[in-house]
Amino acid sequence: MDCRRIIEEALASDKQTIPQYLDYDTPSLNVTEWLRYSCIPVYEQENAAKDPEIAASMEAALSLIPGALSFRVGFCVVPLSWDEDGFPVFPFAQRSEKLRKNILGCDRAVLFAATIGSGIDRLIRRYEKADPKLGLLLQGLGAERVESLCDAFNGEVSEICKENGRETRMRFSPGYGDLPIEVQREFLPLLDAERRLGITLSDSCLMAPSKSVTAIIGISG
Amino acid sequence: MNVLDFMKDHFLFLDGGMGTLLQEAGLQPGELPERWNVSHPEEIVRIQKSYYDAGSNVVLSNTFGANGLKFDEEELETLVMAAVRNAREAARQSSGTQEKFVALDIGPLGKLLKPYGDYEFEDAVAMYSKTVRFGVAAGVDLIFIETMNDSYDTKAALLAAKENSDLPVFVSNAYDGTGHLMTGASPAAMVAMLEGMHADAIGANCSLGPDQLVGVMEEYLKYASVPVLLKPNAGLPRSENGKTVYDVFPPEFAESVGKLLEKGIRIAGGCCGTTPDYIRAVVEKSKTITPVPVTEKELSLVSSYTHAVEFGGSPILIGERINPTGKKRFQQALRENDIDYILGEALKQQDAGVQLLDVNVGLPEIDEPAFLLRAVQELQAVTDLPLQLDTTDPVAMEAGLRAYNGKAMVNSVNGKEEVMSVIFPLVAKYGGFVVALTLDEGGIPDTAEERVAIAEKIVKRAADYGISKKDLIFDPLAMTISADTTAALATMQAVHRIRHELKVNTSLGISNVSFGLPNRNIITSTFFALCLQDGLSAAIMNPYSQEMMNVYHAFRALHNMDENCMDYITYAQNLPAPTMTAPTAGAGTSGSTGISDAAAASSGEGPSSELQKAIVRGLKEKTGALTKELLATQKPLEIIQSEVIPALNIVGADFEKKKVYLPQLLMAAEAAKSAFEEVKVAMAASDDGTSGGSSRCPFVIATVHGDIHDIGKNIVKLILENYGFAVSDLGKDVPEQTVVDEVVRLHAPIVGLSALMTTTVPAMEETIKLLREQAPWAKVCVGGAVLTQEYADAIGADRYCRDAMETVRYAEEIDEEWKKS
Repeated sequence: MDCRRIIEEALASDKQTIPQYLDYDTPSLNVTEWLRYSCIPVYEQENAAKDPEIAASMEAALSLIPGALSFRVGFCVVPLSWDEDGFPVFPFAQRSEKLRKNILGCDRAVLFAATIGSGIDRLIRRYEKADPKLGLLLQGLGAERVESLCDAFNGEVSEICKENGRETRMRFSPGYGDLPIEVQREFLPLLDAERRLGITLSDSCLMAPSKSVTAIIGISG
Repeated sequence: MNVLDFMKDHFLFLDGGMGTLLQEAGLQPGELPERWNVSHPEEIVRIQKSYYDAGSNVVLSNTFGANGLKFDEEELETLVMAAVRNAREAARQSSGTQEKFVALDIGPLGKLLKPYGDYEFEDAVAMYSKTVRFGVAAGVDLIFIETMNDSYDTKAALLAAKENSDLPVFVSNAYDGTGHLMTGASPAAMVAMLEGMHADAIGANCSLGPDQLVGVMEEYLKYASVPVLLKPNAGLPRSENGKTVYDVFPPEFAESVGKLLEKGIRIAGGCCGTTPDYIRAVVEKSKTITPVPVTEKELSLVSSYTHAVEFGGSPILIGERINPTGKKRFQQALRENDIDYILGEALKQQDAGVQLLDVNVGLPEIDEPAFLLRAVQELQAVTDLPLQLDTTDPVAMEAGLRAYNGKAMVNSVNGKEEVMSVIFPLVAKYGGFVVALTLDEGGIPDTAEERVAIAEKIVKRAADYGISKKDLIFDPLAMTISADTTAALATMQAVHRIRHELKVNTSLGISNVSFGLPNRNIITSTFFALCLQDGLSAAIMNPYSQEMMNVYHAFRALHNMDENCMDYITYAQNLPAPTMTAPTAGAGTSGSTGISDAAAASSGEGPSSELQKAIVRGLKEKTGALTKELLATQKPLEIIQSEVIPALNIVGADFEKKKVYLPQLLMAAEAAKSAFEEVKVAMAASDDGTSGGSSRCPFVIATVHGDIHDIGKNIVKLILENYGFAVSDLGKDVPEQTVVDEVVRLHAPIVGLSALMTTTVPAMEETIKLLREQAPWAKVCVGGAVLTQEYADAIGADRYCRDAMETVRYAEEIDEEWKKS
């Protein structure tokens, strides 16, 4: 509800919005992605699921996560302008060719950070040494969970935009292609991510909790 | 008047939000508010005066983000001095007649500490200390640490405040909607840790409105013996036409806060979105409310970074297995710096159902303070169980207590003055729940009366250090009945009297009682039951003993400590069925279908023995059992060479051919590890001296500086160890020189470096450069998500290894050359 109101308001105005925070329900599980993130290639997955040891570990991983995860997203909408060289102007410094191509023709962008919290990191720590395959499956599950959370948020944004006669682009993350990861240093404070989402940055710009994602979604006319 | 004296019979009112008021006054996005202390002092004074005018007793200096990470030392000093001056000026100008105080405001550094982040605990303490020292020099009345969302970071800030001032310290944490800190701590865990370290008032601020924080406040009021504070937001923020608005207005805010004042909180203010009008409404509302006295809660708590454990109700099990006494395999692990072995013992005990872990790493030939410090940090990275630090070395005890994230159990003091006078000051500083042995200069008394007398003496002495008896737990010492058949009776009487007359908790190292007798479990578990009946609160015990666990679960069920007997039922239903067959005969029922089999069958060279099959299929227990059997007839190293390595080769080859995938490779590696474990036990027992199965060259492995991803590196390490390499794992985020030093120390012919991020590849390059200068003999292989052959060439690595098996193959090449030379 809040998401819709903010996006629609932003589409009608040319101001950057104040960051907003959403709590999502547990997104539905994408088993294929989970196993893929756990280093089990798609063509092997059917066989893998038949392996009683793998199946037991999958069950164990799923039994560990209820209550350990939270699904939070913080986002804001920024109006886009373009500098004399044709690069988009964001509230953070960058000169990424790939990002420029991705959002060419857009007049606004959603900046968001999503996290499933630090509980999953504790679980991975707890199990990666005692039971490495379970650790690996938890690692994969965490990756899948945060991606599914991004999909849930992104889906909502896209749908709202579509209903308002607008299109959204593929989401694009700092650290991808030629958009430097150092962008995080300016990106996360825009969303007050440390205080509101518990996302902190290491000296080398890695996020903790590790299962966190930041991204940009371009909106075009 | 001192703020603590004032609080004795008054509510204490804090100020409200600062950020939005500064923005209204013209603070630009991205501008650091602390700089306004110097550039716009009149605005700061105006806002702070309006809070004093509204009735605030305490105004926080405008120093929330004033720390050494954001400002250099000179500017930091200037800003803190100016901030305190502004607050004092506001107090002077205000017409309010209430008592007025100025607090030094300290917010989080914004860095996550190790092990989950990359910032050192001691660096955080040093950083907070700077701000504290400037605040003290500027003459504040108290220190206010707020909005902390991590337990360890909170400890660093409080320690800095305590070590650099004698001022009252208030500590306030930011809880999320689930009632926990972002990194998992519950209110009870925070109360235990903060009270242990003598915070003067504790509570919550920010993140939510007053109504959403009621649950958190109730927890604080239940556990805390110091005044509880609340500084909530004006509800939840919304964006409206480009402005942030909050959904709770002053009258409702005051109504909600008022209800909590009635319940017992003593200190109230506001955080984000609140203004002087909110504070005025709260002060007005409070006039009809009488402050609830702060009472001493007689609760005995220890805590980890997630939860607290309470003593005195349901008995507490403390795992005794992290202890080298009488355990050759454990001693070997300590000597070899094999921390993984210790972590494994921790996790096994957790799975077996203990609530705490005793940690003893004392061996004459190791550096105990350094090892205990490391053990505490590594254990807290994998387990959320609270720890009992078990050492007779006060230096080691301090190192462990300081680094511990939470309130630890301290094992131990006794009635000897020389021991109490060194351990109690540590407990007074860092907090702790102290095991006190009822012995003194005269030794262990024979009778219960004399042991109780020593206990009374210890209670008095602890009080001199401000340690109340709720933070003591007596161990009246279990002695073996094989030497003196009255020994157990004396112990049980002492337990009874200490618990019921002195009203202090008791704990025992249970197993001593049966020393020297056959089938010890029978005596030990019965003694355990009898002591529980006499009121024993905790036991240091072996959780792998089924007899002991039987007693524990039955006792809880029989004593109405187990609702609907649910715990007992779960426990009893999952007990292994009694079996008449030999332990190995029935193993291997799982894994007989599916991909493992298919993979094994499809490889050209199949497994040729039962043991090899077990490894290939990843059957951990069966592999261990079969190895044990073989050890009766074969030499340990022979088993490695003729069984384990060939089996691994089969799986490794299949992995390279993509016939098996990573989780299966790991399963096989784990199974092989259990074979190695049996071999190590056998070799340690025979005093063979050689380290378990390391028949190949040393291999130094590390995730490079700045990178905290280590799952890939850990997998490579596991597989390398399986192939007999003596792997020295330096961990993650390893400084360049540390890698070089280890390579030089071991004269290792090969180094593996891992990096996941492009940003950390330069650190890899730098490490290689230093290696070339100082350890030119060492070959360097690199791996990690971002690396490619080209990248590896560009940074001067000898080899790019795509995965664990490629690393093994390369290491084997190097090993051949190493053996020749």
